[in-house]
Amino acid sequence: MRPARVHLLVAVDEEARLSGVDQVLVALREALEHYGLGDEVQVIETGTLGISGQGVVLAVYPDGVFYGQVRPEDVREIVEVHLLKGRPVARLRLPTAAPLSRPGEILGRQVRVVLRNVGVIDPENIEEYIAQGGYEALAKALTEMKPEEVIEEVRRAGLRGRGGAGFPTGVKWAAVRQAPGAEKYVICNADEGEPGTFKDRLILEGDPHRILEAMAIAGYAVGAKLGIIYVRGEYALSIRRLHRALEQARKYGLLGENILETGFSFDIEVRPGAGAYVCGEETALIESLEGKRGWPRIRPPYPVTHGLWGKPTVVNNVETLANVPDILLRGAAWFRTLGTPTCPGTKVYTILGHVRFPGLVEVEMGTPLRVLIYELGGGLRDGRALKAVLIGGAAGAFLTPEDLDIRLDFDSLAGRAAVLGSGAVLVMDESACIVDMLGSILRFFRHESCGQCAPCRAGTDLLLRLWERVRKGEASEEVLGRMVEIVETMRQASLCPLGQSLALPVRSALEKFREEFLEHISRGPCARCKGEE
Amino acid sequence: MFGGLPVWGGGEAPRPKGVTVDKKGLLEKFPRSPDVLLALLHELQRANPQNYLTPEDLALAAEHLGLPLSRVRDAVTFYTMFSLRPRGKHIIRVCDSPNCHLFGAWSVVEEIKEFLGIEVGETTPDGLFTLELTSCLGACGVAPVMMVDDEVFGNLRPERVREILRRFKGEG
Repeated sequence: MRPARVHLLVAVDEEARLSGVDQVLVALREALEHYGLGDEVQVIETGTLGISGQGVVLAVYPDGVFYGQVRPEDVREIVEVHLLKGRPVARLRLPTAAPLSRPGEILGRQVRVVLRNVGVIDPENIEEYIAQGGYEALAKALTEMKPEEVIEEVRRAGLRGRGGAGFPTGVKWAAVRQAPGAEKYVICNADEGEPGTFKDRLILEGDPHRILEAMAIAGYAVGAKLGIIYVRGEYALSIRRLHRALEQARKYGLLGENILETGFSFDIEVRPGAGAYVCGEETALIESLEGKRGWPRIRPPYPVTHGLWGKPTVVNNVETLANVPDILLRGAAWFRTLGTPTCPGTKVYTILGHVRFPGLVEVEMGTPLRVLIYELGGGLRDGRALKAVLIGGAAGAFLTPEDLDIRLDFDSLAGRAAVLGSGAVLVMDESACIVDMLGSILRFFRHESCGQCAPCRAGTDLLLRLWERVRKGEASEEVLGRMVEIVETMRQASLCPLGQSLALPVRSALEKFREEFLEHISRGPCARCKGEE
Repeated sequence: MFGGLPVWGGGEAPRPKGVTVDKKGLLEKFPRSPDVLLALLHELQRANPQNYLTPEDLALAAEHLGLPLSRVRDAVTFYTMFSLRPRGKHIIRVCDSPNCHLFGAWSVVEEIKEFLGIEVGETTPDGLFTLELTSCLGACGVAPVMMVDDEVFGNLRPERVREILRRFKGEG
């Protein structure tokens, strides 16, 4: 950042754009010019500031003041009263503290590692990333460490895949390094499609260089020369920012031939998806990257030996990769001070639904669900009572208020027949109908089932038909048992996690909210049913 | 192989009607390698004012990449962002994932259906709008959400939906 008295951060993400951030920026530049503050105040367009549902959000530094719901007509007041006269504008101020700029710094319950630059730097300017220590980890790896040492550091840190499965990243990298063959690939899985999840999008939009740096480190560690980012086709802004970041990194000699004159060459390509949830599964993603329909492969063999074009391939989620630079710079021991012994580090969650402050948070692994909902999410709206939490996305499990003390990490949730998944936490108050919500999930699965294997293709369709009969009160109680049988068959016999995981929402909804299903069976749709799209 | 792909913005509005695009020239930007198929198809679809892939487009893609036509069709029919039928100038995509459902996505769909007089998957007779459903758009903080071309609209209420659609109608 160039020296300026005040830095004004403007969140420019999809949500801000739909709230008219472009007009606010025009008004802001005009007002600064009008008051002669053009040199003193620097406006930085950044990714999200981690606040959702507040329209256009601005942050004023060093004051640490946040403004929300800012409209073009408010801008003059902010400039005149706050920037010129030094008094924050109370009516627009948000009751939020500033996000953090130093890694691992703790504010309340949040710890920012993965998101530490998001909302702090201009994602379109590589120099700002470098000023925050960016590309130092790559330089360290290339000049001071052997590839095996890089893998060992990641393995000792205990980093586990954040895409949902929780597989140890270091083990995966070691397997690819040891796999025979000269041609290897690093793939970043940015095909984020789990409903209620947008963490990867915000990392890509807010700190794209972090992902490029991590991929180059992974490439050095496993012996790959090419990385590919497979981005969801709908993520237009992410794709544009990645292309821009790539151009800059190549210009600075941080990607391409002979990086930092160490003899190591690595480059990255960006590929858009085209709308298929199943492509988030790594072998389906690889098929799609080869220009085919995204049908999951039969495993084994696994991508670590037979991936893209049949070559050894690392596939890592965006959030997993975002941890790598800090692990190398600060060491495995530091990383292990965060989180739990078996799940070190942090996790990014999206808190959604009937909470007062929906949005994105990063907390240590093992944080209780109660803290997430009541401290970070601000509790429920309008003082209503909590009814259910759907955790882990559409392929997640329904939890009840009795589960509030559950700790959120891969192992604690596995013990409760739930998954961390992508980190989506959908909070529902008593106005939600669980039968109706399950219908939304079943429609999603029927649409996204790729049709390759019979258990999933037929099962998702059959489940939706049975559900429809339950909702309309045209079924007998035995139908509920039939639904459990179907998801159990799918769990055991489906080819990929898409079909296997539907057992979680269906079983948990039927077990924990059985009364509600029985009510629909006897009386038909309830007053809380929202209907069918 | 390094960095050869053109910048593709994804989900962008199609080019205005009447502007002819040199499809052959467009293809030349892409290496002749089957793995660029999806990116290439996005470009061809975007170049069509009616937002779809014509039989000629599929043949062009197959020829450029040296793939059998059946292989291209196989891929196209798998992905929801591609269409083999003409669509409207503007594509409305309403998110129907659980969070948006909780905040009334269904009433948004009903409102659009009534206002435009079409069902989901249909195109208005004037060729202006196609109504589709989509999975999560990642703007869950302002649910319910819809996308018109590459613009995202949130906090939707019936009157706001009408206002947005009128604006697109006015633009023609």
